Amino acid sequence: MSAVPLWVARPAGASAAGWLRTVDHKEIGVLYIGMGVALFALGGIESLVMRAQLATPNARLVDPELYDQLFTVHGVTMMLLAVVPLLVGFANYLVPLMIGAPDVAYPRLNALSFWLSLVGAIVVYFSWIAGGAPDAGWFSYPPLAERAFAPGPGVDYYILGLAVNGAGTIIGAINLAVTILLMRAPGLRISRLPLFVWMTLVTSFLILGAYPALSGGLVMLFVDRQLGGHFFDPTAGGQPLLWQHVFWFFGHPEVYILVLPAMGMVSEVIPVFSGKPIFGYRFVAASSVAIGFLSFSVWAHHMFAVGLNEFETLLFSVTSMLIAIPTGVKIFNWTATMIGGRIRLLTPMLFAIGFIAMFVIGGLTGVSLAVVPLDLQTTDTYYVVGHLHYVLFGGTMLGVFAGAYYWFPKMTGRLLSERLGRWHFWTAFVGLNLTFLPMHWLGVQGMARRMWTYAADTGWGPWNFVETAGAFVLAVSMAIFALNVVRSLRGGAIAGDDPWDAFTLEWTTTSPPPPENFRTLPAVTSRRPLWDRKHPEMRDAS
Amino acid sequence: MIAREARPAAPALDRTILGMFLFIASEAIFFLSVVVAYLASREPGLADARANLDLGRTAIFSVALFSSSATVAVANARRDVRWLGATMLLGAIFLVGQGSEYARLATIGIGPSSALFGTTFFTLTGLHGAHVLVGLIALAALAAATTRRTRGVGPITWEAVSLYWHFVDAVWVVVFSVVYLGTFL
Repeated sequence: MSAVPLWVARPAGASAAGWLRTVDHKEIGVLYIGMGVALFALGGIESLVMRAQLATPNARLVDPELYDQLFTVHGVTMMLLAVVPLLVGFANYLVPLMIGAPDVAYPRLNALSFWLSLVGAIVVYFSWIAGGAPDAGWFSYPPLAERAFAPGPGVDYYILGLAVNGAGTIIGAINLAVTILLMRAPGLRISRLPLFVWMTLVTSFLILGAYPALSGGLVMLFVDRQLGGHFFDPTAGGQPLLWQHVFWFFGHPEVYILVLPAMGMVSEVIPVFSGKPIFGYRFVAASSVAIGFLSFSVWAHHMFAVGLNEFETLLFSVTSMLIAIPTGVKIFNWTATMIGGRIRLLTPMLFAIGFIAMFVIGGLTGVSLAVVPLDLQTTDTYYVVGHLHYVLFGGTMLGVFAGAYYWFPKMTGRLLSERLGRWHFWTAFVGLNLTFLPMHWLGVQGMARRMWTYAADTGWGPWNFVETAGAFVLAVSMAIFALNVVRSLRGGAIAGDDPWDAFTLEWTTTSPPPPENFRTLPAVTSRRPLWDRKHPEMRDAS
Repeated sequence: MIAREARPAAPALDRTILGMFLFIASEAIFFLSVVVAYLASREPGLADARANLDLGRTAIFSVALFSSSATVAVANARRDVRWLGATMLLGAIFLVGQGSEYARLATIGIGPSSALFGTTFFTLTGLHGAHVLVGLIALAALAAATTRRTRGVGPITWEAVSLYWHFVDAVWVVVFSVVYLGTFL
């Protein structure tokens, strides 16, 4: 097999112009992943500056205005501009390969979605040099986000950037959904789809249901700020809470948009590294659909503290607890898959197991926040910050790393180093727990999120110092990963078509795949077509 | 199981049509968020709306838009550019009606910033008007391509454009009901 990564060696990808005009789903996938990595690095740097500021009481490393901009842009980056492109990039690269298709349904539209996403991100970041970054938090609550209280241009760049970025994400979701629904290889029924593809399908529908609501909200905020409107202006009869409803109608599904694809990655990795089919395939798929529906009925649990009426409070508390059921089902599916399996503890599996452990913590604190009295005590404290980082770093990012180690050989033709991979995993695991675990008790003690500094007599100093140390351990961990990638691209071990003894169609083609993806496709008669080909005597029943 | 596999596949849904349906679904959520905002802001703006909206005139211009759904259906069925032209004319008449309503409101001092009613009214109807404009551009592009290209335009393109136009029309059914009928009835 080719020793040089095809996507680097191909004529289209060889030049900058080639990258600009490519419509190949694999190259667009790589562009998306590159964008995600770059923005993840920017968001990470922002968080390091914040952690440095919070390391000791009464610090003056940054001023409060800059701190507001840092946490706002960090949130916007991680929630919308970094991790979504990362996940969409993996889906772009992998979905056609996993369903035996030559490309996505609309290759040119695919390029448009990427470039819109990127331009949106650039618009948000352009604000740093155009008069100040947005500083009203990633959810930009009015009246704070209104012109009277955020007079700079930052929030306007936020509106414009997210609207453009969102348009790209919506178009991309349409593309992925149609690809999955209409372009599967013969025999690949929807009940045989790889679970990563299942989760991508559910995620695409979540994007289609959630992102347009954000666009609608952004238009209203724009009208308020630029045309003198009164949507969220209580002095003219408008309602600031309207924004919160519209925003969280988008914002909570967004959390599942960020975590479902990572769950899909873990659902591919765990069976392969346990040498068994997934336990309860139908439950994993169906619970994703259940999560998808429920995620649209929980948004006001972000708003318990605003004084909802009793019925609303009860309703959103119950639905928020309900969503723990399909999520818990998945945890049992993954662990049951491992029981009795021949487990190979290679890096992708380490990250997948780490994902389960950390996601359980984030999930449990999530249920605790659905308990209204507890939520009222901890809302807007570091308890919530700790919860969301266990879900999104401990969950999503560990899942993404599992997927990255798993599919990197397919994308580049080379294996990543196991030794560096283990260093990467353990530093990430230790770093994230050091950073995010103390947030829980600091929050319970009353440390509010977004506070720029704190007094020494609060006693919060030592744990904040631990968190900051943890954040820098995480930075080292990311540097180890970068080193691993660079060294592997330069001279990593050649992977071959199927380095993990895997099950699904993407491993039947070369690593990296040719432009047309497949020269021949194996017959698909079960959920594990490659397993069937390798072990005809032990074919899966349909 | 084997019998199921051997059964001839049902005629597959075209990918462009499915994509258009999903796009329309996402647009529907977009409009839903703004309609909800309009309804949530209805009470404080109701007196303004009653005093200043012109139900009769707008109803007449609405008939133009509603009937354009019929003309685009005929155009689509017959692949006939003249019926596309009729659709565009009706759509343009509607936009002119909208424009004159805006101009009239502007002369009596009602704009997006004048009061809550102006904000919600101009945002909701303006977003719809923008979608009508995009629809007109799509219809014009379809007409131009049909007349210029020797091979004509595939049936799927006709189908997709007319689907979008029907959607723009359906949104107005909701907006007209909420903004005009909801104010006076």
